Amino acid sequence: MSGNEAQAAVTEAHREEWARVVSALARRFGSLDVAEEAAAEAFAAAVARWPADGVPPNPGAWLTTTAKRKALDWIRRESKRGGKQQLAQMLSDGDPSEPVELIGDERLRLIFTCCHPALALEARVALALRLVAGLTMAEIAHAFLVQESTMGQRITRAKAKIRVARIPYRTPAAEDLPRRVSGVLEVLFLVFNEGYLATGPGQAQHRLGATGPQAGVAPKRDARRIGPAQSQPRPGSRAGARARNDPIRPGLTAAAIRLTRLVRSLMPEDGEVAGLLALMLLTEARRAARVAPNGELVPLGEQDRRAWDAALLAEGHQLVRERLAAGVAPGRYQILAAINAVHTSAPQPNETAWRKIVALYDQLLRLDPSPIVALNRAVAVAELEGPEVALAAIAPLQDALAGYHLYHATRAELLRRLGRNQQARAAYDRAIALAGNIAETAYLTRRRGQLLTPAAVSQQSQPPHGEHHVHVP
Amino acid sequence: MKYLVSVIDQNTGLATPAEMAAIDVFNDRLLAEGHWVCAGGLEAPHTATVIDNRRGEAIVTDGPYVETKEYLAGFWVIEAADLDVALKLAAEGSKSCNRKVEVRPFLGFVGK
Repeated sequence: MSGNEAQAAVTEAHREEWARVVSALARRFGSLDVAEEAAAEAFAAAVARWPADGVPPNPGAWLTTTAKRKALDWIRRESKRGGKQQLAQMLSDGDPSEPVELIGDERLRLIFTCCHPALALEARVALALRLVAGLTMAEIAHAFLVQESTMGQRITRAKAKIRVARIPYRTPAAEDLPRRVSGVLEVLFLVFNEGYLATGPGQAQHRLGATGPQAGVAPKRDARRIGPAQSQPRPGSRAGARARNDPIRPGLTAAAIRLTRLVRSLMPEDGEVAGLLALMLLTEARRAARVAPNGELVPLGEQDRRAWDAALLAEGHQLVRERLAAGVAPGRYQILAAINAVHTSAPQPNETAWRKIVALYDQLLRLDPSPIVALNRAVAVAELEGPEVALAAIAPLQDALAGYHLYHATRAELLRRLGRNQQARAAYDRAIALAGNIAETAYLTRRRGQLLTPAAVSQQSQPPHGEHHVHVP
Repeated sequence: MKYLVSVIDQNTGLATPAEMAAIDVFNDRLLAEGHWVCAGGLEAPHTATVIDNRRGEAIVTDGPYVETKEYLAGFWVIEAADLDVALKLAAEGSKSCNRKVEVRPFLGFVGK
């Protein structure tokens, strides 16, 4: 066996088996610390041994058995050292020779524990990425622009709270399930959004969906995050990692999609899980077309649709059709997925079924009457009834969205189309000052620049399809 | 596992008769289901006195040790198998007394 083959096998095993190994060990030893530590050691052992010994016939079983042995070693070492009763108890608790892998699929327990509502959202995100997705501490720290030590401390604290406050390692009772599932989806969506449109340093606003594939998803209680106040604890406003210059962080979108696929495989009946997966796939499909070679954001209406990923689109559309066929009232993720399905079904921007999109936003507004949803609806309204009507529709949102760059960007585009250039320029200024993503800033700066040139006049005489769509890039 | 459920108040004043009745119902439930350890309500923060005798010379000062908008108005100590159980009970408690509560695990507890 070549080293490359073995390396590829370890990579695949890591993707497929990490969460299974961690969750089985957490169940067996009652400790996330032990589980994480031992799983990491088992994968390190695979890296060392598979090139020489060959890939075992059942890599998952090999890893779980190895991890269990590492865990027992670790616990014996620790209990000798410190006389830690709790650790000794782990050893006496059950038969150590009991095969861990027979316990079954524990991954759902692990996911619900990592995403428990008693943990801070940023801690939930970190735990899910480390313990379920298997990202390294360095990868997570880099993705959220914080020092590795800071991220390590965040995860250590979260695990300590789970242990000390006794957050149970189990799937929630049926009556709590919808609420707890939506808590899990919130975490997954935040991870996806951070990868999809990364925020730069010093931009406390627009986290949690506000920058996402569809800004309307920001849960109501997060609306305050949009405001100019810098009070929100934000993963990573200080660190100087190079990720601040990446407008897209594909590692995070990939991790989010992988986790959502996992949750879907474990809860195939849940419509919102399917909706979120569809939303992610339909968004990810446009990734290659979203940022121009010069680093500028390309809005939906200007994207080269041939560069969209047909396989991801097909899978996303299939999920949306499945949900429509289910005949169950859709939740927010399903509605957002449907909106994205309408957008991505149009061969050209001017063939977009805007009436359907407005109807879907109406449906979403009934579930979530937030100003961000109203803003997105107004953008679609502009296509049906013109920029003047849309401008009137967003006027009442001014107070609520004063600190939200996409409110000003949307307003700027509408004013441009009405030929009110001076007001448009002021709105672009505001949007640029508030935008946190460099690709967005570059796009908005160019748009503002076009107001000054004669070229802008000829552009305004073109049919205004899609050009407004800064928030669904 | 024992948890402290602190009742957090914001100058709402004493519990109303309706709140008191709801608290009684909740207390009965805690007793009946084996979660009860103890509970109490506190007088207003301005009735507090601070004593510092760390150096063997008791210094008495008037008032709570820190002036805050939100303050501890009462507490339950409950017995619960895990945090999910504690949170469920605390949610009931919050509803019954019509105030916010905080749930915190005990490191140690001496009592019956």
